Parts: sequence; structure tokens; C-alpha cells
Amino acid sequence: MTSSAYLRKPRDPADGILRPGNTNCAGCGMSIGLQWLEQALENERPTLCIPACCGIVTAGSFPTSAYGVPTVATTFASSAAVATGIASVHALNGEKDLTVCWAGDGGTYDIGVATLSAAAERNEDILYICYDNEIYGNTGGQRSSATPRGAKTSTTSKGKAEPKKDMMGIMAAHRIPYAATLSIAHRDDFMRKLRTARQTRGFRFLLMLSPCPTGWKSEPGESVDLILTAVRCGLFPLYEVFDGRRYRLNARPDGTPLENYISRQRRYRSELVDLEILKAGINAQWAYLEAMERAFPAGEHE
Amino acid sequence: MARVLDTGNHFAGQVLAMAGEANRVARGAICGAYPITPQTEIVEVLRDFEFTKGRVVPVESEHSAMAVCMGGSLAGARSFTASSSNGLAYMVENIFAAGYYRLPIVLIGVNRTLGPPWNIWTDQGDTLMLRDAAWLQFYTESHQDLADTILVAFRVAEDPRVLLPALVAEDGFVVSHTQMIVDLPDQTQVDRYLPPCDIPHRLRGKGVTVGGMIFPHETEHHRREIQQAMDRVPEVLAEALDEFEAVFGRRPHGTLSAECTADAEIVLVACNTMVQTLRRVVQSRRAKGQKMGLIKVKLFRPFPRRDFTQAIGSARRVGVLDRNHSPGSGGIFWSEIATSLQGRSDVLLQDYLVGLGGGDVTPELIDEIFDDLAARQQAADPIWKEVPA
Repeated sequence: MTSSAYLRKPRDPADGILRPGNTNCAGCGMSIGLQWLEQALENERPTLCIPACCGIVTAGSFPTSAYGVPTVATTFASSAAVATGIASVHALNGEKDLTVCWAGDGGTYDIGVATLSAAAERNEDILYICYDNEIYGNTGGQRSSATPRGAKTSTTSKGKAEPKKDMMGIMAAHRIPYAATLSIAHRDDFMRKLRTARQTRGFRFLLMLSPCPTGWKSEPGESVDLILTAVRCGLFPLYEVFDGRRYRLNARPDGTPLENYISRQRRYRSELVDLEILKAGINAQWAYLEAMERAFPAGEHE
Repeated sequence: MARVLDTGNHFAGQVLAMAGEANRVARGAICGAYPITPQTEIVEVLRDFEFTKGRVVPVESEHSAMAVCMGGSLAGARSFTASSSNGLAYMVENIFAAGYYRLPIVLIGVNRTLGPPWNIWTDQGDTLMLRDAAWLQFYTESHQDLADTILVAFRVAEDPRVLLPALVAEDGFVVSHTQMIVDLPDQTQVDRYLPPCDIPHRLRGKGVTVGGMIFPHETEHHRREIQQAMDRVPEVLAEALDEFEAVFGRRPHGTLSAECTADAEIVLVACNTMVQTLRRVVQSRRAKGQKMGLIKVKLFRPFPRRDFTQAIGSARRVGVLDRNHSPGSGGIFWSEIATSLQGRSDVLLQDYLVGLGGGDVTPELIDEIFDDLAARQQAADPIWKEVPA
């Protein structure tokens, strides 16, 4: 299916998930992610649960909101639990409404991880989307457990010593019905995964690598190309995991050098950036994912 | 209505369940459930209850228990949970959030000493920690008081003139784990007493962001609206008690209960089960012709200042039994009462810190306090009345 198949007659912009006039920074991955979420859901209006993160700053200040759908600003660690309450009441009343958590990496990998894990273990009927910009963005760019090895943040001024947490692995270990990674440079893949997630019942986890030019010290105009490069060099594998056990890899590394990704972000200008270590990490991850796909492939129609 | 012998926790769980079940005619019931001693039986009872339209979600923490309640309430359901001590402390962020969202959630606080060091016995410090959280707070003295007040709490919290969450406190173990006979309501009565839960600001499909960012001016307005809602509680509570009496044929205490105060020279103030012991002491002193009275403070938030000032009547010596301690200050009830009595230089107000950590507040201890207060020339700093080792 081509991208044009997803182009539909625009509705009233005020009813969109993300209204015009929001406060997102130029080049923020969320802007594309939220628009594509809206397009993938067609005319459906989800309820958004957004914890403390740039995503709630996006809304702007009361009484206006950049979100055209019902939205709750939850406490930092609580989005998956608040969403549990909302989705439960919808189910009790026979309503088919979709409940979406839209959370950053701080609220997902760090402070919200227990809440997220519990909601996944209970297999709540929630679509959880993490836009992962690999830092605490709205507080000015501190390290999180999603920050990659070597990256400088305001709390790792010489670069982060530890590697990035494997959140997809953690979520797959919960054996949730569907987990997948999303790229804002691969629209068809992105839309297909959102459709799959929408058609799946139970807990669904989508992980989107989300450029943050402010924190990554990159050019806003290069955000999409940075993600394209991250996928092509193998740093950000596009894949799906069904029931936490069956794997499908959606794109293979094409030999694009990692340097093309690293060199365009000044956060990587640190002594702790060791390209050989980073490449070894990428290779190990690919060896693991390919072995899993060979041993436990997703079904043809999944 | 049935006369039933059971524990405080079992009554609390059953009444919460009936309140939730009563909302089957609207958007149902939601509870986030997490265990902690001495509250655990409440969530066990709730998990066993078969709701027509309700769900009890077994979560991973108290913080999430309240978050599930908030989500349920934001979607229009009647929501409730229970906790104690460090569980309440862990829940604090979302307790504040529930108040600021104006969600009429009911929380049973089974009083237990905050740790470490760990102590599971009763002490009101845990629920009093939440006094600034935009929640109503009721303190109950007995199994019957607890069962009745839970229903009253829903009624007041959900009233459109209030729309604030409500905490109902019971003493850990003394009430939670002892058995007493109670007039337990039946579902038909609860259905009559509790109207369908209607949360006007629930999510209804519109593009509204609940709890987003605001600036100082809007924050002032928001806080002031909460104060105004608190100010309306006594009136709404009185109506809720009238209706309770009409449905159940008895009337629980309201903001407070003043007993033998009309001609009293000395009044002692207490909450929770200490009230029952204090009542016995007052009765025996009255039998000896001594003009003593008591005030049971039941509603701590909003604090019934005006009612309290009237309740002391002719008494010019007021003593407060505080089973809690605010380090650097003293008893928390005492400081509230001192605020209520400001300008009353004719009243000697003395604080007594008693039964901290669940120490047994005996009639003998209360007798000592009465004697101390009767002989006292002037008020002193809060006095520590330790129980025998």
C-alpha cells in the first residue's frame, strides 16, 4: 500500500489529535508521531493519558489545549494506571473507545516503569506509545535510562557511561500481545504497525525514537533523516514482537555508517563515545534479534 | 438492614462494595486495590464482590491504586480504595492529584503508625499527613460509625456543591480487626441513599485537557474554588445526615459531637476510638457530680471551627488528646483547635500527646489528664503522656 492511500479528506483541525499552533519545538519527533497517529486512527478519537513530559507541555496552558481529543495530564509515574481506570470504565459501559498513553522515556523507562509493567502484566486494553527522545526533555535534557552510551546530557557532562536500557526486551518479556518499534522516517511501516496495534486487544506497546534537536544538539531540519540513518545503520531496529515470543524484523541494516548518525549530533562529542563499542552493541543486538526471528518467526498473517 | 457481627474492615469493604454496586445504574464502579496491614481485608472483600458493573484492579502500588481510581472517576465511575500508614505516604502524590482534579473518590484510611521503625498499631499521624490535600476527612469511633460514615462520605463528596474526595479514618486493629455487632445496610437502602454518581467534568469525548498547565492567577482561582467547596461541606453534610436518617432510621454524628458540654467546666477533645474510652470516663465523673464534658471531632477537613467554638459551651479548660505528633509543633488536632479558639483568652487550652504508636489510652490515663487540666494554672507546651512499658 502506498502512502497516498492514507491521505484522507482533512477534518476540522480543531478536532484533530494535535491541533495547529502547538508549542512543539521545530524538528520534534512528536509532531510527526502525533499527526501520523491521528491519520492511522482515521476518524477515531482516542482518549490520551499523558504523564509529565514534553507531550503535556505540547498542550499549552489552560483553558486552551493543542489536543483536540479528551486528554488527561497524569502524574509522572501514573499514565498506565490512569489509563487502566479509564479503559475499564469504557469496557464496563460497552464503549469501544481507544485509550492511548503517550509518554516520554522518563515516564516509561524510569519513573513509570513499575506502573507500565503492572498494566502490561494485567494485559490492560491500552495502546501505550513511548516517544523516546533519550533524555528528560522539558527539564532541560538530563540523562534517563534511555540515554545511549556516550551521549552528553546536563547530568552526564562527559557522556553517559552506561548503555541504553532495552525497553522492547522488557516489554516482550511481559508476553503482551503486540510490541513494535516506530520510525518517523518509515511512514508505511509506521501506519501499518499502528493499524495492527489498533486491531489488537490487550496491552500494546509502541516505541518511537523521537529526535529532540534541543537535547541532541542536532539540526531541526535533519530530524527525519537522522531517524532514517538510525534505522539504516542498524542502531534502531524496526521490528515487531507478537505475544512476546514471535519476532519479525522489518528492515535490515544497509551498510550506512554509524558515523553518519553520530556526527550530526553534538551530544555525541564526548570522550566516552567509542564507535567500536557502539558498533559491537549494534551487532550483538542484531545477532540476538535475527536469532529470535529464525527460531520464533511471526506468522505470515500477523 | 441486618444485625451482623463482623470486623471493621469487613464492614468497610462490604459498604464500599454496596456503594459501588449502587452505581450500576450509571457508569459503574472502579477500585485500585493494593494490600497493607491493617487495611488488607478491605481490598480482599472488594476483590471477592461480584459487581454488576464494576472492576477492582489489583495494582502494583498504592500510588497506582489511587491512579486507577482517578482514571475510573475521570471516566465517570464511582471510585474508592483503602490504605494505611506508609501506603498512604506512597500514595500521597496521587492523593493530592485526586483532590485538585476534584474527583469524589472515597478512601478508607485505616490508621497505623508511620515507619520506620515499623509499628503496625494505630496512630492518626498517617491520615493527618494528608490534611492539606483538598480531601474531606472523617474520623470514626466505632464499627457502626465507620459503616455509616462511608455512605455519608460518598453522598457529600459527590454532591455537585462539593465535588471533592473524602477520607474516612478508622483505628487500625482496635476497629479494623475486632468484631462488633452492626446494623449493616442492605443494597436496596444503599441504592435509595446514593444517587447515581455524576461527575460533571468527566471525559465526554470533547477536546478538553484535564489537569494541564495553568498560571498563578488560575491557580489562585482553583484553590479558592476548593476552599469555597470546603465551606459548603457543613451544609451539605447536614442534608446528607437528614437523608441518612430518613433511609436508615438513625443519625450518625456530623461535624462533631459535643457531649455533656452545656454546663461543663472542663472539656476533653478526642477522635476515633479514644472517644469511647473518654465517654466512659466523663460518665463516671459526672456520676460524682464533676462538670466535665467531651467533644468528639469527627470532621477534620474542613475543620468545623464555628461548631467547635460553640461546642465548648461554658467550659474554660479544654484539653486535647492527640494520638499523633507533628515534630517541632505538637498535636495536630491541638493546633487546629488553637486556631479555632484564637481570641479566646478566657480559655485554657492544653495539648496531651497520648497513645502514640498505638499505646493503650486507658480510663486511668484519661483520669490523670482530667486531674492535670483541672489543677493547671496556665497552659504549657504539649504534654507527653506515655503509656506504661
